[in-house]
Amino acid sequence: MMGKRRVNIAVSGLNAVDSPGPGIPVIRALRESAYFDVRIIGLSYEALEPGIYMHDLVDKTYQIPLPAAGAEHLLNRLRYIHDAERLDVIIPNFDAELFHFIRLADVLRREMNIQTFLPGMEQFEARQKVNLVAYGQEHGLRVPKSRAINRESEIASLSQEFSYPVMVKGKFYDAYVAYTPAQVQGWFHKLSARWGLPVIVQEFITGQEVNVTAIGDGRGNMIGAVPMRKQYVTEKGKAWSGISIDDPHLLAMARDVFTRTQWRGALELEVLRSGDDYYLIEINPRFPAWVYLAVGCGQNHPEALVRLALGEEVAPFETYDVGKLFVRYSFDMIVELEEFMKISTQGEL
Amino acid sequence: MMKLKKNIAWSDTGFVFDPSTGDSFTVNPIGLDMIRLLKEGNSREAICEKILEDYEADAMQVERDYDDFINLLYKLKLTEDDGKAQG
Repeated sequence: MMGKRRVNIAVSGLNAVDSPGPGIPVIRALRESAYFDVRIIGLSYEALEPGIYMHDLVDKTYQIPLPAAGAEHLLNRLRYIHDAERLDVIIPNFDAELFHFIRLADVLRREMNIQTFLPGMEQFEARQKVNLVAYGQEHGLRVPKSRAINRESEIASLSQEFSYPVMVKGKFYDAYVAYTPAQVQGWFHKLSARWGLPVIVQEFITGQEVNVTAIGDGRGNMIGAVPMRKQYVTEKGKAWSGISIDDPHLLAMARDVFTRTQWRGALELEVLRSGDDYYLIEINPRFPAWVYLAVGCGQNHPEALVRLALGEEVAPFETYDVGKLFVRYSFDMIVELEEFMKISTQGEL
Repeated sequence: MMKLKKNIAWSDTGFVFDPSTGDSFTVNPIGLDMIRLLKEGNSREAICEKILEDYEADAMQVERDYDDFINLLYKLKLTEDDGKAQG
């Protein structure tokens, strides 16, 4: 029997916090791969991202520059990391960093033979929250009415288009319910300070939150998809537990997105089910933090993504287990001061 | 005849799970018996007869409870689309 292929994979999103990044579940999935023997290189932004200190999962971590520093700084840092680690694949897991990684994908491949498996810039932009209504119209998906707000003065006129309450959403992350224009104003300042402009105001729809984690091969094929219903939601709206469900409509929605857009790589559909109606709330262009549930249900999406990135043919998953739950938990690690000092001052650990 | 959704799952402890929505419920032992008997394709009459054999109750009460239970299953969308509220 052939041994597993040795692969060096860089993964970001090590912030396994109350609003968790997908890095740790992606790494767990890769560690369980039947095809690969992985060395995991963590890419972090802050010294207190828990994954930095999870040495059983992450072999070595390097800080990388924040997206605001620009693509050139990121490329230079990746060159440095590649010199030391000989990276084969990078899996970026933050919405905010994807823009640069998509731009750099060709350079990374040509110059360093590092593979990624990301959507094209056009696909990435089309599903941005500000463009979601147009995206829904183009692809026949029901999307709540939305408006992008760039100035505080626009808030007063919202009541002509929307009835309260409304959802107020950051460009990349975070969403809050606002019952009055004053509350919209408060969230507008908080969200624009954190994630920049525009801030998105969206029609408030009540219903059951159901999400799909899925992966496409870039040629219109859906390689895998697992739908999940949130069972327990934190104050930040994050699923702290969820259960895999058998919902053919959700799977058809996901398949349709891949067929119509030729989406390449991972995505998460966030959907509200209201009676028999399904509203697309967001398309996240990456694995969700709950992607390990897909692994638990028999579909190892991160492993499939690495195989696709390395040019392998991957047959679509045909089944998954229904009625499996994930239950998240928090856990205190004890970390030596030396480690914290090292990542803080030298940018690697 | 009222039919339960094909994929409804349940345990001997009375936990009922609808895989298409992720909804879960608990039922008491009589409810569990009714679900089992429905799943086996029994008619209203056959189910009520069996319940009367196993539990001390009068026939009218069992029939009323059966109808209430079926209505509840219907409201909770645990029945096939073509199923009727009344068994």
